[in-house]
Amino acid sequence: MSAQSPGAAPSHAPTLTRLPLSERLKPWLPYLLVPVLMVLGYFAIDSSSSWLTLTVSGLAMGMMIFVIASGMTLVFGLMDVINFGHGAFISFGAFVGTSVLLALGTMTGAPSLLLNLLAITGAVMAAMIVTGGIGFAFERFIVRPVYGSHLKQILVTMGGLIVAEQLIYVIWGGHEIVIARPETLKGAITFAGAALEKYRLVAVAVGLLVFLSLRAVLRRTKLGLIVRAGVENPEMVQALGYNITRVFVGVFVTGSALAGLGGVMWALYQEVITAHMGNEIMILVFIVVIIGGLGSVEGCFIGALTVGLVQNYAAFLEPKLALISNIALMVAILMWRPMGMVPVVKAK
Amino acid sequence: MRLLSGDPPKSIVLSVLLIAVLVALAFAPFLFPGSRSLETAARICIFIVLVASYDLLLGYGGIVSFAHTMFFGMGAYGVAIATDRMGTSYGALLIGALVGMAVAGVVALLVALLSLRVRAIFFAMITLAIASAVAVLVSQLSGFTGGEDGMNIRIPRELTPAFRLGEVFGTRITGKILNYYVVFAACLALFLLMLRIVNSPFGRVLQAIRENAFRAEAIGYRVVLYRAMATCLSAMIAALAGSLFALWLRYVGPATTLGMEIMMDILLIVVIGGMGTMYGAVVGTAIFVLAQNYLKSLMGGLSEATASLPLIPDLLSPDRWLLWLGVLFILSVYFFPTGIVGRLRGTR
Repeated sequence: MSAQSPGAAPSHAPTLTRLPLSERLKPWLPYLLVPVLMVLGYFAIDSSSSWLTLTVSGLAMGMMIFVIASGMTLVFGLMDVINFGHGAFISFGAFVGTSVLLALGTMTGAPSLLLNLLAITGAVMAAMIVTGGIGFAFERFIVRPVYGSHLKQILVTMGGLIVAEQLIYVIWGGHEIVIARPETLKGAITFAGAALEKYRLVAVAVGLLVFLSLRAVLRRTKLGLIVRAGVENPEMVQALGYNITRVFVGVFVTGSALAGLGGVMWALYQEVITAHMGNEIMILVFIVVIIGGLGSVEGCFIGALTVGLVQNYAAFLEPKLALISNIALMVAILMWRPMGMVPVVKAK
Repeated sequence: MRLLSGDPPKSIVLSVLLIAVLVALAFAPFLFPGSRSLETAARICIFIVLVASYDLLLGYGGIVSFAHTMFFGMGAYGVAIATDRMGTSYGALLIGALVGMAVAGVVALLVALLSLRVRAIFFAMITLAIASAVAVLVSQLSGFTGGEDGMNIRIPRELTPAFRLGEVFGTRITGKILNYYVVFAACLALFLLMLRIVNSPFGRVLQAIRENAFRAEAIGYRVVLYRAMATCLSAMIAALAGSLFALWLRYVGPATTLGMEIMMDILLIVVIGGMGTMYGAVVGTAIFVLAQNYLKSLMGGLSEATASLPLIPDLLSPDRWLLWLGVLFILSVYFFPTGIVGRLRGTR
């Protein structure tokens, strides 16, 4: 290409017109939403120390919702299954985790970080194993027979949710259970004049860890490749010889276990659990998966953080508004991007 | 035949059942004297309309909504607030009912346009989120709605038990009985109107969309428009049913109108009675409301009889009535998707 022979057509290297900045920025806008929101919050809230406190608690809340919602959004993306019974896993996780923590009272009461973390790890493991098991049964007996029909899925999983919630009443009784945080996670640390609750920092760390490991699995492993391909085109993945149903069961169980983890985290965050807590959190989870784009883990992450931040800022700025702030956020985002912030492209 | 809009029951057993329900409701004050049975009869009338309006959406439109109790509550609160502000008069009752209906219609339209243009399943999640936000809002805005305590409604004296009219067949005609007949007549009219709607060309298009939205769109029907119209109609009729409920109970509160339990009842009745037939609402409601009264006491007796066994009394306690309903619900979605009426008609 370099040597120009005489008489040949004059060289006309194609000039690539650069797209205007606004066009190039467009796909990245959702990713900028969380930082922009934080900056806006900084200007709206006059005291920077309360801003920091609110931001950390918003992020902590967002991370917990993300841990819960990630499984649900993946289940939808992979198999087109919409699981209204996801809230049951949250409640079950919280109740199992709390029971374990109460049983390990001597470990949680000791002023040793190691013992406390050990107790929490035990509680989380128990909760995740139980909710994973329930998820397996749920998929097998409740969801499996109604593949392909959204209407029946919604009805049946809603029925499953009622039954699961009632079983919690039968097993643990109707009253709410108070659970104190482990000794070393109580209280707050002071940073730049702002009081940051220790537990919220732990919640942020755990949420980030879950997000990064989910991302790593989805991006770097073969299993993740199959899952991502399955989200885009399940028939093709099947045609290539992979048993997509088995992958799907795996994803469903993982998602249920993550919801159980989220339930334990939420229980320690609120320090009190009730049988219908799963239902209340599910409202936020639905908002998150819708504004994130059903099926997208990244969108779910952004959506969860946005919801957490907006809720905390609104509660501080205008407490009456906090009740409808999430609905307003959802309406605004759906008007901006009807398919959610990071829509999943289906090859169909 | 004209009255039934050319949609006869098409089954002898079903016809007998329907006539039995109609006769029982029409002569309820004389056949079953006593305020408790009159209470049950009025409840059945109103729930028939409420459930039928939900069936218009779920059975004919194929859309799952969790905000139906919100619209029901709008009608009830409309009447309550109007009589509270404007004093006790028929005009206030009428204006309250009309305003409640209009608000319900507008909100339904907005929700429908926001969610239905993307995916029909968004609707289920968004209505769940909005309905729970509204329920919280109603219990918080105590200055306007009476909060958790609800509001007592003062209705014109002619409709209260204090008003005496004379005696017919040995039954004293009080204002309560007049009130019952107002409710009964309005419910009958609304039911026949809905029967007319589902058997009109509009209803037929809705059924076509339910069966295959893509094809309906291809034939040239604006799917979003039809679905939005069905949502509005169903919301407005639900609001009217709510107004009647408020008129009858002379009280509104979050638990009696907006509760998730009522939403579950509606879902159960529609599925058990039969989705996609208006008669399913009649048969389902009559059976359900009667069973609710009867089964709860049966469960109480069984629970006491098995008190010495572990766990079983807990499972059978009358408070766990929802557990068994949930199981029944899941089983009927699997095995009797057409419900009682579908079985009787032998369609599938």
